[in-house]
Amino acid sequence: MAEWEPWCSGEVLVGSGAEGDLVALVEPLSFWGGVDDTTGAIIDGHHPQVGIILAGSALLMGATRGSSSSTSTLLECIRRRTAPEVLLFTDTDPILVVAAVVAWELYGRGPTVVLLSASPDVDGVTRVRVDNDGRVSARRNFERERT
Amino acid sequence: MNTPVAPSTELTAGERSMLAGEEGPAVALAMRVLLVAAQAQKAQRLIPITAAHIDGCLYHGPSSLDFVRVLVEGGGRVRVPTTLNVGGLDLNRPDLFIGSSTRRTSATELMDSYVGLGCQPTFTCAPYQLPGRPQRGEDVAWAESNAIVFGNSMIGLRTNRYGDLVDICAAIAGLVPYSGLHIARNRVARSVFTVDPDVRTLDEDLLPALLGHHVSRLTGTLIPVIDGLQDLDITEDWGKAFGAAAASGGGVAMFHVAGATPEAPDLATAIQGLPPLLERRVTHADLMAAHEELTTSALDARLGGVSLGTPHLSRTQLVEIADDLAGRLVQVPTFATTSRSVASSEPDAVARLEASGVTIVRDTCIYGPSKVLDPDGTMMTNSAKWAYYAPSQLGYQVILASRKDCVESAVQGRILVGGGRG
Repeated sequence: MAEWEPWCSGEVLVGSGAEGDLVALVEPLSFWGGVDDTTGAIIDGHHPQVGIILAGSALLMGATRGSSSSTSTLLECIRRRTAPEVLLFTDTDPILVVAAVVAWELYGRGPTVVLLSASPDVDGVTRVRVDNDGRVSARRNFERERT
Repeated sequence: MNTPVAPSTELTAGERSMLAGEEGPAVALAMRVLLVAAQAQKAQRLIPITAAHIDGCLYHGPSSLDFVRVLVEGGGRVRVPTTLNVGGLDLNRPDLFIGSSTRRTSATELMDSYVGLGCQPTFTCAPYQLPGRPQRGEDVAWAESNAIVFGNSMIGLRTNRYGDLVDICAAIAGLVPYSGLHIARNRVARSVFTVDPDVRTLDEDLLPALLGHHVSRLTGTLIPVIDGLQDLDITEDWGKAFGAAAASGGGVAMFHVAGATPEAPDLATAIQGLPPLLERRVTHADLMAAHEELTTSALDARLGGVSLGTPHLSRTQLVEIADDLAGRLVQVPTFATTSRSVASSEPDAVARLEASGVTIVRDTCIYGPSKVLDPDGTMMTNSAKWAYYAPSQLGYQVILASRKDCVESAVQGRILVGGGRG
């Protein structure tokens, strides 16, 4: 069995310890128009990762793009429990962070958001775990655990 | 969970008392949200704004109402002049709304709730087409991607890409994090796109849409400057089409057109002596490829309808479409989307369009949650933004074409594409 290993670190902006299967975006994604809030699936036909389910994931991304309604789409995903469990940002972009903080205010739950200090190497990483201090550990080449 | 207070953001005494709840729960909530946004952007402090434009009035689900209700119950009130983006329906034509009565009721309540917070019932994605818009150099909090890119680029406003929820927080607090495009040195062009002369053979209506889409695909988060268009008349409608396309296809929040936009009287001013991180030539073939990417339908398909007005039509554009129609009747459902402000300023054009069978839609936009049509066949549009989103949002097949081709197709009841194919 693959072991947890230290992977990267950053600043926890919202939430606390959490984990999920890694989805590393290869291109920026607009949640509005790009993610179905009823399923958490990427539906933007222009995006190379169309069809991937984000519900329960640990989503690694740089800046967002497109509509400013993405905050509302993510908030609605959180309400419906189709949102990622963890948001790992490599760029300073508040659009999705705001949805997370508002979700905690409204519902007392939501994704954990970490602003990473550097872009990590995603090769082989399948699952990641964040602790309360912003340390992120990873499992590599490990079969997807979520059923 | 208690939202952590950004330790790196310095607050004034007044801001600290707002955070502590001395001006009511809504102000305190707004401050907590703003401080997390500030921390995400590594902002050292907050700065005052002079105006706001709010996107949060478009209904996305029960969570939209959950948030605004907390603000209303907490005594929220905007403290700067605040305009509203499109809502979920045309309040004057609720019959156009396709969806459950529950959703319609919720969408209406959301729009009314934002008005109740002191926002102006403008309901337009093009606040730059309203009288009394803010002026060059003003710090504002604008949401709506096309408005943001237009405000920064064509007016010289200073706004970051504010999203839903933080937009109303900024309006209630009158503050935003000092970061990004509020800082002058971050507004410099770092990519240069030099346009080949032969792109001028493209339809003038399609050129900005295709160019905006193409540039956004390459520039990433770099602010681009477009060079080589010095003898072209860069109108506000040109900038609107370019910006809407660039913001949909990419993350562009600001662009310069050398010799045309307010912060780019020439190329040298736009780049401020910094070496570009990306330099590209733009060819006719590049823009034809962009056209292919934004057209999902075969040209021999059945025409289901025509959509014009994403972003909302300007007064000039309403008149142009009415002139193109010249009193002829449309044979397929044809929609012209604009604001109540623009429509009421052009009653003659509106009357002519309606006499031709065009449905004028105000207050909303005809994609996303506010679906007002259900076409049997391919949709035509001259909007890169609509072409970009309609296939995934609405499941339509789309042809991107010039305004004149869209109008002629609507009149003939079949797809006619000629002028736009250069």
